Amino acid sequence: MGSHFEAPIRRPLVAGEKSYHDVTVDIARPIETRANKQWWIVFLISLAMFLWGLGWIIYTVSTGIGVWGLNKTVGWAWDITNFVWWVGIGHAGTLISAVLLIFRQKWRMAINRSAEAMTIFSVIQAGLFPIIHMGRPWLAYWMLPIPNGFGSLWVNFNSPLLWDVFAISTYLSVSLVFWWTGLLPDFAMIRDRAVKPFQKRIYSILSFGWSGRAKDWQRFEEVSLVLAGLATPLVLSVHTIVSFDFATSVIPGWHTTIFPPYFVAGAIFSGFAMVQTLLIIMRKVCNMEQYITLQHIELMNIVIMITGSIVGVAYITELFIAWYSGVEYEQYAFLNRATGPYAWAYWAMMSCNVFSPQFMWFKKLRTSIMFSFFISIVVNIGMWFERFVIIVTSLHRDYLPSSWTMFSPTVADISIFIGTIGFFFVLFLLYARTFPVIAQAEVKTILKSSGEKYKKLRDSGESLVGTGADIRTSKINLIKV
Amino acid sequence: MASKNTYYALYNDDDILLSAVKKIRESKIYIEEIYTPFPVHGLDKVMGLKETRLAIAAFLYGCIGIAVGSFMMYYIMIVDWPQNIGGKPSFTFLENMPAFVPIMFEMTVFHAAHLMVITFYLRSRMWPMKKAENPDPRTTDDHFLVEITSDKTEATLKKFLIQTGAVEINKPSE
Repeated sequence: MGSHFEAPIRRPLVAGEKSYHDVTVDIARPIETRANKQWWIVFLISLAMFLWGLGWIIYTVSTGIGVWGLNKTVGWAWDITNFVWWVGIGHAGTLISAVLLIFRQKWRMAINRSAEAMTIFSVIQAGLFPIIHMGRPWLAYWMLPIPNGFGSLWVNFNSPLLWDVFAISTYLSVSLVFWWTGLLPDFAMIRDRAVKPFQKRIYSILSFGWSGRAKDWQRFEEVSLVLAGLATPLVLSVHTIVSFDFATSVIPGWHTTIFPPYFVAGAIFSGFAMVQTLLIIMRKVCNMEQYITLQHIELMNIVIMITGSIVGVAYITELFIAWYSGVEYEQYAFLNRATGPYAWAYWAMMSCNVFSPQFMWFKKLRTSIMFSFFISIVVNIGMWFERFVIIVTSLHRDYLPSSWTMFSPTVADISIFIGTIGFFFVLFLLYARTFPVIAQAEVKTILKSSGEKYKKLRDSGESLVGTGADIRTSKINLIKV
Repeated sequence: MASKNTYYALYNDDDILLSAVKKIRESKIYIEEIYTPFPVHGLDKVMGLKETRLAIAAFLYGCIGIAVGSFMMYYIMIVDWPQNIGGKPSFTFLENMPAFVPIMFEMTVFHAAHLMVITFYLRSRMWPMKKAENPDPRTTDDHFLVEITSDKTEATLKKFLIQTGAVEINKPSE
C-alpha cells in the first residue's frame, strides 16, 4: 500500500512485533495494573519533599518575605531563578508536540504526551514563585486586568511583568487544552477496556464521550494542526517575554537585545534535558522501551547538543558585545561574572551547558542510556545556574559600591525549591499511573509505516492489506481484498 | 439513529476498511457513520465527507482576539486612566501600541485556541458528562465499525459485506 510507505533506510519507531491491539494493551497496562514498590518509594519521597516545601511556603507567607535571603541590593534572586528555570523546562513539551508536528516528525508521537504533561506540571511550579513572592498571595487576582482596589487605576500594561502574566496564563491554558484534546481518544480507549465500574465511570467523564466518528477524527486532526500552529509562536513568545523582564531594565548584563532568542534556546535546551531525564526512567518503569526507543533518546540528544551550542554561542556573543560596546558597566558585569565572587557559579554554568553537550557529537555516547541520563541531569543543573548567574551577578554589584553585597539562600529559599521539585514529581508520578502515557491513537497511525513488524513485511515484498488483524480480538480475516 | 434496517459491519484492518467503504458506496448502500480507533488517512475523502471549516473559524476567533486585545489596551491605557510611565507616550493608542503588542498577541492566541477547541467539542458533541456513542467498545482498540442502513435482505447484505472484508456483522441491540 502506497499510503503506508516509508523509506526502508529509516529505522522503525515502534520496535517489536506490535499489532494495533498490542499498542492498546501496552499503553493501558500501567493504568490497569497495580503500582510497584519502586513507584511507591519515589512517590512517597516526592510527597515528603512537597509537604516539606508546602510547610515552608506557609511559614514564608505567614511570617513575611524577610525569611528569604533577599536584601536591599539583591531584591530578586532564588525565586525568580526557579521561576525562569521551571518555565524554561516547560518549553520542550510544546516544542515536541507543536513544532515537531508542523515539521511532521513522527518520532514525537512516542514522547509528546509525557512532554506536554511535563510542560503543564512545570508551568504550575513556575507560577507558584511570583505568587509566593507577592507576600500576600490571596491578592494575586490584582494582576488581572481589573482597576486597582476596584477604583479607577488599572494594572500597568507597559510592564513586562504584566505581559508575563498574560503570556504564562495563555501558555498554561492553551497547553492544557492541547494536551486534553489529544488525550480524549486515549481516555476513550481506557474507558472501553475498563472492567471495574468505578474506573469506567472516571474514564468516561475524562473522555468527554469521545466516540471516534470519522468526522470527529477529521476535526481532531484539523484542531491539532491549528493548535500546533498557534502554540509554536506562543511558546516562543513566552520565553521572549520572560526575557523582557530582564532585558527592559537598565541593569548591566540584562539590558541586551540578544536575550529573547538566547532565552528561548536555553529553554528548549533545559526542557529537552528534563524530558530526557523523565523518559529514560519512565520507559523502563512502564515497560515502554519498544515505543521510546534508543533512536528517540538519540534524537533528543541531538536536539540537546544543537540548542546547547546555540546557548554557548549566545554566551560568547554576550561577552564579545560587552567588550565591543565600550560601556564600562557592561564590561565589568561580565568580568565580575567570570572572575568575581560568583565565578564558581559562572564556570559551573559554562561547563554544564556549553562543554557537556558537546559529547553528543560521538554516536557511542549519545546512544548510551546511562550517559544520556547523566548529561541530562548535568544540563538541568547547568541551566539552573545560568539563571542564577544572570540574575544574582548582575544585581549584587550595584552602581554604588557602597551597596555591594552578596546573596545566599536561606533554608526557606532552598526548601521551597525542593518543595516544587517534589510537587512536580508527585504530579508526574500520578500522571504516569492514571493517564495513557503515549498517544496511542497517533502511534497506531504510524504503525504500518514505521512499526518494525510492518516494515519487515513490506521490505519482504508482502502486502500490508489485512495485516491489522489480531487473533486475540477477532477471527483472522482470510479474504484477500 | 438506529432503525431496524441498521447494520454494524466490523473490520479489523484500515486498508480493508478503505476499500470496503469504496465498494459499499459504489453499490449505493448508505453509510450512516464510521467509528475508528485512530484517524484513517483518506477515509474522509472515500466517505465523501466535506472538509472541516474549523481552521476558518479559528482565524475568525483570532481576529476577535486581536480586536478584544486592542480595545482593552485602548480603553484601559489611553481612555480610562492615561499615565506617564517612564515618559512613554500615553495619550494616543498608535504611539503607545508597541508596548501592547505582547498583550494583543497573547489575546489573539488565547481566543483562537480556546474558542476553536470549544467549537470542536460542541460540534462533535463532547463534554465531561457525555455518554460515549460508539456502538462497540472494540472501536477504540483495533476495530473499525461501519454503520449502514439498507432495505436489502439481511442475507444478501451480509454476503456482500463479508465479501468487502467485514469480520462481523451485527444488528444494534435494542
